[in-house]
Amino acid sequence: MTELTHLTLAETLEGLEKKEFSAKETTQAHITAVESAKHLNAFITETPDLALQQAQESDDRRAKGDVKPLDGVPLAIKDLFCTKDVKTTAGSNILGNFIPPYESTVSGNLLRDGAVMLGKTSLDEFAMGSSNTTSAFGNVISPWKRTGNSNLDLVPGGSSGGSASAVAARLCLGATGTDTGGSIRQPASFCGITGIKPTYGRCSRWGVIAFSSSLDQAGVFGRTVEDCAIMLKSAAGHDPKDSTSAKKDVPDWPALLNGSVKGMRIGIPKEYRMDGMPEEIEKLWQQGIEWLKASGAEIVDVSLPHTKYALPTYYIIAPAECSSNLARYDGVRYGIREEGENLNDMYEMTRAKGFGAEVKRRIMIGTYALSSGYYDAYYIKAQKIRRLILNDFLSAWEKCDALLTPTAPSAAFAVGENEDDPIKMYLNDIFTVPSSLAGLPGMSIPAGLDKDGLPLGLQVIGKAWDEQTVLNVSRAVEEAAQFTALPQLATRKAA
Amino acid sequence: MSIDKNTVKKVAGLARLRLSDAEMEKYAGQLNNIMGFIDQLNEVNTDNVEPLPSPVDMDLPLREDKVMDGDCADAVLANAPESVEGFYVVPKVVE
Repeated sequence: MTELTHLTLAETLEGLEKKEFSAKETTQAHITAVESAKHLNAFITETPDLALQQAQESDDRRAKGDVKPLDGVPLAIKDLFCTKDVKTTAGSNILGNFIPPYESTVSGNLLRDGAVMLGKTSLDEFAMGSSNTTSAFGNVISPWKRTGNSNLDLVPGGSSGGSASAVAARLCLGATGTDTGGSIRQPASFCGITGIKPTYGRCSRWGVIAFSSSLDQAGVFGRTVEDCAIMLKSAAGHDPKDSTSAKKDVPDWPALLNGSVKGMRIGIPKEYRMDGMPEEIEKLWQQGIEWLKASGAEIVDVSLPHTKYALPTYYIIAPAECSSNLARYDGVRYGIREEGENLNDMYEMTRAKGFGAEVKRRIMIGTYALSSGYYDAYYIKAQKIRRLILNDFLSAWEKCDALLTPTAPSAAFAVGENEDDPIKMYLNDIFTVPSSLAGLPGMSIPAGLDKDGLPLGLQVIGKAWDEQTVLNVSRAVEEAAQFTALPQLATRKAA
Repeated sequence: MSIDKNTVKKVAGLARLRLSDAEMEKYAGQLNNIMGFIDQLNEVNTDNVEPLPSPVDMDLPLREDKVMDGDCADAVLANAPESVEGFYVVPKVVE
């Protein structure tokens, strides 16, 4: 039998159904894998006892014939989702020993459907970063290494780097992530796995610690498109506790999943051909186009003329919303407190001590952009350009059904690289930010390896609420790419 | 436009962040750099463009005006650094 940690989520559900193994067995196999991979630092909090208890409950349910859609599947939860009675940090020191008295809707939905929680994965502090090097709990390491005797530690991408590293290293069958400007898709690309950010409003934000509320959207990581479809179906759905959660039925994505793109029109946005983009990424993109063409899709050239303004627009809107959202960390209601001479002093000392450098930088940008005299020039201006960016996509949909682009402008870089200049780091999200601003669903699929043996992803972007097309086109890419490479530091299969 | 140390100091005050002198120097440089990058937005003509506050076209829902949740003061206060008899405690603000 294949080692349990190397099965897909779909295969695991099948094996459980056929009683080839129990939820407890697969959970124990994953707990052992987590214990053996501490050097990746993928988890902030591990919950093995809780996982085994949930697995036992799952086995009991199955014995009685009461089986739920994710029953017995060991998953990891990004530590931005509040989990009842389990410490939640957002990757920051400021939350101290915060133990949520409630469960986020998304993690609650997964647990309702029988999932087993292995622990809480690390992330860039408050999900602000593209490298998972801004976490207060240390860098997360990718399980991938460059070939040729390079022992350099590589970043898993960010902000959902712990989840991506854990799924790639076979420590869990899937994981949740959140994506504000690319925080699911870019780490999925860096780690050679699949990850989907659904349409804004598809997954409830209730209980997800807020960074930029008009952009934040929960999603999932898996090792296959099908696994993502299964998890997303459980995670999504209307929630009256989130006023931006859409009152829409959740389609049966996994049942409707097929890789048929015959007759589909796939748009190739010319503005995504960036100067200085590595040739390998350009080649892989061309390869993706050929794959879809060979599968019967029609390739259409489209233009998204405001693409180059997406990053500067994002770096007004996201920090502005962040400065407002993070005002709640005041040393009064939760988290740490630094005593001061008076109330204001206490606020300033607490926030100075609790926040890391990147979070402080973004609070400063946002506060500046929202401050008196600059609000119209920056914030309103950015919101206007945000509409132009959305309009670009709406025009594109007149000519095509989905877009194919690279996910990120490079493969994973080494820990410490790109740290000297914030803008250089921000450029990681150049292909993911525009669709985030437009609220559109996007998915990254591993499509090939670069010259150093590192994974590269392709991204499929779809119309609002059309996750099915995104999943189906992604499935077609997946079938053509046949990506089977394993990271060097993944837990090994039994010989 | 240039962001000097005094502007950084003012913004840090608004954001309730105590910054050291060295941090203020560092952020002044970085903010100038980042705001310079952002200034390219001025190239875009946005006359007669409505701002887009949310990507999804949806009215804010209203719910019935009745108590849905509550009576859980202990749970709410459980994470407070300091609380007494159902209240948060803060440093004295009136003399």
